Amino acid sequence: MSDTDFDVPKALSGTASWVDDRFHTARGFRVLMRKVFPDHWSFLLGEIALWSFVILLLTGTFLSLFFVPSMSEATYHGSYMKLNGIKMSEAYASTLRISFDVRGGLLIRQIHHWAADLFMAALIIHMLRVFFTGAYRKPREVNWLIGIGLFSLGLLEGLFGYSLPDDQLSGAGLRIFEGVLQGIPIVGTYLAYFLFGGPFPGHDIVPRMYIIHVLLIPGILLALISAHLFFMFHQKHTQMPGKGNTEKNVNGQPFFPYFMAKGGAWFFFIFGALVLLATFAEINPIWLYGPYTPVAISSASQPDFYMGILEGSLRVMPAWEINFLGHTLSLSVLIPFALPLTIVLGGAALWPFFEQWATGDKSWHNINDRPRNAPVRTAVGVAAITFYGVLWAEGANDVIADKLQIPLYTITWFARVLVFVGPAVAYVITKRVCLGLQRKDREELLHGFESGIIRQLPDGEYIEVHQPVNEEKRAVLEAKPALALLPGPGAEDPNGVPAPSSRGIMGKARAIANRAFAESIPVEADGHGNGHDGNGHEVTGGEHEAVAAHGSAALPAAEGEEEE
Amino acid sequence: MSDVEETEGAEGPVAPHRVIGTPPPSPRLLGSTAVAEDGGEAPVPPEEAAVEHIEGLPPEDPRVIEHGKRAERVVAACFTFAFFAGCGFVAAYVGLGVHSVDKVLRSNLWLGLTLSLALLSLGLGTVIWVRHLMPNVETTEERHDLRSDDKDRQAFDQYFRQGTANSQFVKRPLVRRTLMLGTLPLIAAPIVLLRDLGPQPGTSLRHTVWSPGRRLLVQGTNQPITPAEFSAPGSMITIVPDGYEDDQDALTKAAVILIKFRPGELHIPTRFSGPTLIGTMNWTVDNIVAYSKICTHVGCPVALYEQTTHHILCPCHQSTFEATTGATVIFGPAPRPLPQLPMTTDSEGFLVARSDFTQPVGPSFWERG
Repeated sequence: MSDTDFDVPKALSGTASWVDDRFHTARGFRVLMRKVFPDHWSFLLGEIALWSFVILLLTGTFLSLFFVPSMSEATYHGSYMKLNGIKMSEAYASTLRISFDVRGGLLIRQIHHWAADLFMAALIIHMLRVFFTGAYRKPREVNWLIGIGLFSLGLLEGLFGYSLPDDQLSGAGLRIFEGVLQGIPIVGTYLAYFLFGGPFPGHDIVPRMYIIHVLLIPGILLALISAHLFFMFHQKHTQMPGKGNTEKNVNGQPFFPYFMAKGGAWFFFIFGALVLLATFAEINPIWLYGPYTPVAISSASQPDFYMGILEGSLRVMPAWEINFLGHTLSLSVLIPFALPLTIVLGGAALWPFFEQWATGDKSWHNINDRPRNAPVRTAVGVAAITFYGVLWAEGANDVIADKLQIPLYTITWFARVLVFVGPAVAYVITKRVCLGLQRKDREELLHGFESGIIRQLPDGEYIEVHQPVNEEKRAVLEAKPALALLPGPGAEDPNGVPAPSSRGIMGKARAIANRAFAESIPVEADGHGNGHDGNGHEVTGGEHEAVAAHGSAALPAAEGEEEE
Repeated sequence: MSDVEETEGAEGPVAPHRVIGTPPPSPRLLGSTAVAEDGGEAPVPPEEAAVEHIEGLPPEDPRVIEHGKRAERVVAACFTFAFFAGCGFVAAYVGLGVHSVDKVLRSNLWLGLTLSLALLSLGLGTVIWVRHLMPNVETTEERHDLRSDDKDRQAFDQYFRQGTANSQFVKRPLVRRTLMLGTLPLIAAPIVLLRDLGPQPGTSLRHTVWSPGRRLLVQGTNQPITPAEFSAPGSMITIVPDGYEDDQDALTKAAVILIKFRPGELHIPTRFSGPTLIGTMNWTVDNIVAYSKICTHVGCPVALYEQTTHHILCPCHQSTFEATTGATVIFGPAPRPLPQLPMTTDSEGFLVARSDFTQPVGPSFWERG
């Protein structure tokens, strides 16, 4: 007699049978229940975004029951006495009502706002995880692109969402948005007038943003998220390198009941954390900002954090404007509006295809890379973070100037330089750090880890005893991929014919990129696995002579070669 | 996996053998009537039935049983706590009113506290349940090639060719091309339909509501002002046009700042944009100058004025303008000075506009020229 021998309630078995007779569900659920989900903390990051989205839908529905998306003028006579008798839009008045006259309204409003911030933050961190582990590689490129689409739509959804209450702060943000639209060549003024229904602010923008915010964009987000999850499910999740994990299997716990219960718990934790934030950390107190008027503004105005990169780009930009054939080309608006996000998001979208092109690697990857084992990718990622981070921080330059007592213009000049120099320095340092960590890995694999035990040899020498790494660790270290090197620039075969892939400018560019990607410290001691037969090594292995003295027989031939 | 006992009999739905007094076998989830012919295990495909490793001590080990009992109590305590916290949430909703700032804060505190505690203890209980009550199961699934096998791909190719041939789509270009032609206007339709979203901008971005003789009103009080009333050097006030005090569309372009200087501080050079005069001392009155309040960068109100340096600062992107020399740009992304409003006094001595701004105010746009 085993645990599985228990009575299924008649109601459940009857219903399941009824449904299966009509929808053939048992087959699908049989597969679903046994679906394996690999376990790793970093796989929970995307789930934070998913559950935040669910919470956004729940709280947003509640808010829409009370919010009045109208810019008609009303005179406020509610519970917030400081604004009593003040003229404002219905949108602002109804937001005050939600905050002060609807029980739980303030809580739900603040959960909604915190959940939006968490959604965007989780998307960013999830995308960084996917990038740095190479989880976007074949066959998952489409899901990577969907993710970038989700993030881009999230930016717009957030902007429209926090602009709906028609308060002073978000109104200023909307004015900036309109000013930027105006700057777009040829169609800019038309775009602005069509979106706002005439001159700013008009009376149309709130109801228009409302329907886009509560129906159009959430609908697209929902569709994209569903597709994202379906592809993840269908292609099966990636897994981290480890014992027993191969490209052909997936190890973990089954959906039912393990992943289901853990996912449910994760939802409760995220929801609970958001409620805690909403309870104790005030966010977007629109009653302090007052209703929007185009003649006023408060200092240290900041958008929500995900807009920070756009705000910072506008601030860091010098006053460039040119007259183009009698027309005004407002570069000091257009460049910050379009360029940084294009570099970051466009670059991210193209990256998987660029990497395939540069490495010539068209195979599928179900085992994630450790970031150190892909130095170029990791370095580019850190460079992108630096670029983004500088612009993001510059978006708060006035707050930094105020809190740290640094002159405002100094900060901006510093950011103007750092936005170019920072990513370059970050690239070089990160790549070196990755290669250094690879050396350490090889060291551990070949000679074990430093045990901390000091032994005195008979001749009086002290040495530290190295102990071999355990099986689990060894599997992780040995999972390092070896990239095949493409023919170098101008490489020729024995007949003097250049390799097809290295011809022309693109061929040369590809060969150069390829050499950068292939730079690696081989881990395997038997020499067969380093993948590039000793040619084109840029191993800077100078500090490893000591290694050679111990494990000389096993060392690959590449050890001594130094091309740098 | 499926270790539910099968009935022994060979043919069809024979009543199971069972000893009188023992409980009947548990019904299957789907009320199975179709028993496998050979009376063996239900046909679960081997690739799914496979590999489930349960790690750790065997379940009958007394330590495991003791651990399970303790974990069960903790989980139950968590869920019970969630129940009371949830009841507290309902009680707080019913018992605590709103309608004043203090009451809202109290209500928010108790609603939030009870709700978060309920949610967090549900989460905590569930995690302890998974980690301490469920056996630690590791399963392995094979990954199958995503690429369809060659047979399927060939069949796909063949069916596609066959279907396309049957449709005559390739063979009859006239049909194909007219179909594409027919759908073309419909693709444009959604864009055409958006035309009435707003009026065309026309020249409206070039003008504001300022006109000759229109009085400058102090924002807030909405009263006209004489040079004598605005006599403290170094001060800055916001001005709205008479008749448009609350018109947001008008104020977006027409808002003005008024700054008073000590004699001799103000040196606005006479400047032209093409043939148009855009700045001159003649437009000031008694060391008072009026500039557009709308930043020439992206349109924020330039609301900060530093008396000692005579700098006007836009708080949005820190464009900085030198107030004494015609609001010229000295730092930041704004491409041009704040436009100056031509100003004089009327017969009653109040400050009035001489005319509209002589150049477009606010951010750049393509047609600005």
